[in-house]
Amino acid sequence: MAKNVRIIPRLDIKGSNLVKGIHLEGLRVLGRPESFARHYYENGADELIYMDVVASLYERSSLCDIIERTAKDIFIPLTVGGGLRTIEDIRRVLRAGADKVALNTMAIRDPGLIKEAAMKFGSSTIVVAIEAIRQPDGRYLAYTDNGRQHTGIEVVEWAMRSEALGAGEIMITSVDREGTGSGYDIELTRMVSSRVSIPVIAHGGAGSPENIYDVVHSGMADAVSVASILHYKAIEFTGCAAIDSKEGNTEFLKKGTGFSRIKPYTIADIKRHLSDRGIRIRGVKAPLQNERCAII
Amino acid sequence: MKRVAIIDYGMGNLFSVKQACERSGIDSFVTSSCGELAGAYAVILPGVGAFGDAIKNLDSLGLADEIKAFIARGRPFFGICLGMQLLLSYSEEFGRHDGLGLIKGKVVRFSDRLSGKTQVKVPQVGWNGISMPAGKKPRNWKSSPLMDVPDGEYMYFVHSYYAEPADEDCVLSVTEYEGTRYCSSLKKDNIFACQFHPEKSAEHGLKIYRDWYSAMKGQ
Repeated sequence: MAKNVRIIPRLDIKGSNLVKGIHLEGLRVLGRPESFARHYYENGADELIYMDVVASLYERSSLCDIIERTAKDIFIPLTVGGGLRTIEDIRRVLRAGADKVALNTMAIRDPGLIKEAAMKFGSSTIVVAIEAIRQPDGRYLAYTDNGRQHTGIEVVEWAMRSEALGAGEIMITSVDREGTGSGYDIELTRMVSSRVSIPVIAHGGAGSPENIYDVVHSGMADAVSVASILHYKAIEFTGCAAIDSKEGNTEFLKKGTGFSRIKPYTIADIKRHLSDRGIRIRGVKAPLQNERCAII
Repeated sequence: MKRVAIIDYGMGNLFSVKQACERSGIDSFVTSSCGELAGAYAVILPGVGAFGDAIKNLDSLGLADEIKAFIARGRPFFGICLGMQLLLSYSEEFGRHDGLGLIKGKVVRFSDRLSGKTQVKVPQVGWNGISMPAGKKPRNWKSSPLMDVPDGEYMYFVHSYYAEPADEDCVLSVTEYEGTRYCSSLKKDNIFACQFHPEKSAEHGLKIYRDWYSAMKGQ
């Protein structure tokens, strides 16, 4: 019997706002992360990811406040990443209520951090996030700082090394596909997933439920992270009150225009599609006791 | 006041357990002290990490004996994840380590291969169904903290090892992961324990906390 696949909404955070970009750039403000998190929780999300995309030290406390407010209301696993540099940074977000942390830039700079963090907090708490960009010669190399910083490290090699150092999961982002809705990079995901024995979360490119089916079925993803495809639907429910207009481009919200590139779906739409295609998934047969939950 | 002690023995984050207690109306406090544990009405033993480290930590804090005495007095006990595995006689994680021995049996690892070929992802991370064991009377389930959880409902799991109780009578639910059917929760007298994380299993998980606490209040 096949294993169960997880659908994980990913919320990119800048300051106190939920933002979304394309190729991890050009951030657009969508609303309050807590409202989206709550909406996804009530509607069948299996986990949540908060990614502080422009993490800097002085914003740390604002991120911890968001985590704290979220963790009071939401009883599914929450992974937090972005700008975590030290064991103390990790401890702080875990103490605020995160269940796992995602490490990228600092893990590449100092792989010892993965080992130390896994020993201190347990492997199941440590997710290594890899930002991959396909090279003209077909190789995939790992990048840091939202796909800006070249490292020259081969993605599969880095994934295997991360596992050996004690990572509990790998989140693999295709920077090429991120925010485009053109489908996950199946080849990249499969290459990584077939070489490690820990679960792999595919991220970047979801534009339709069928894209998600493809990366699970052909790409061997154990979980999928989704953003745009859900956010532009969820925005109808969450409202956009009280956003901080200092943080990012709010023109999209003010105009109230639709986002034409990606057709929006609900988590229920995605789960129903995967279930129809023979993928085992939570929440399709057993709905949450919540009238807003449309999963049948 | 029926206060519940959440035991802190350096094995993982207790935040979500505490949060779930608060949401479920359970009056709880986190402690590493034998004295405070002895004074509590009931105990929750959470935990993630390595079995050997966990037993070592419990022993060095004097908590292993205190927990055994607590359970022997008939007080309600709720073990979660590693807190369930620790109840067994021993574990095969990184060599052989003795557990608390309150449930006869052992803790073993998921096989890395599915019928000898396909690679299996270990640990299991994610949601999976919990079901009534074949041939069991629904009465067991209905009189347990799972009473409001539908047979087959999904719960959130993170683990590489699982408990194999020698006495099948204490097996409350079973779960199947990549061809292995194993005990995902157990109940024996005043002991209730689950391999999954009810505090991370959305509304159905919170019902388990609530029902465990209500049953206890009725005693």
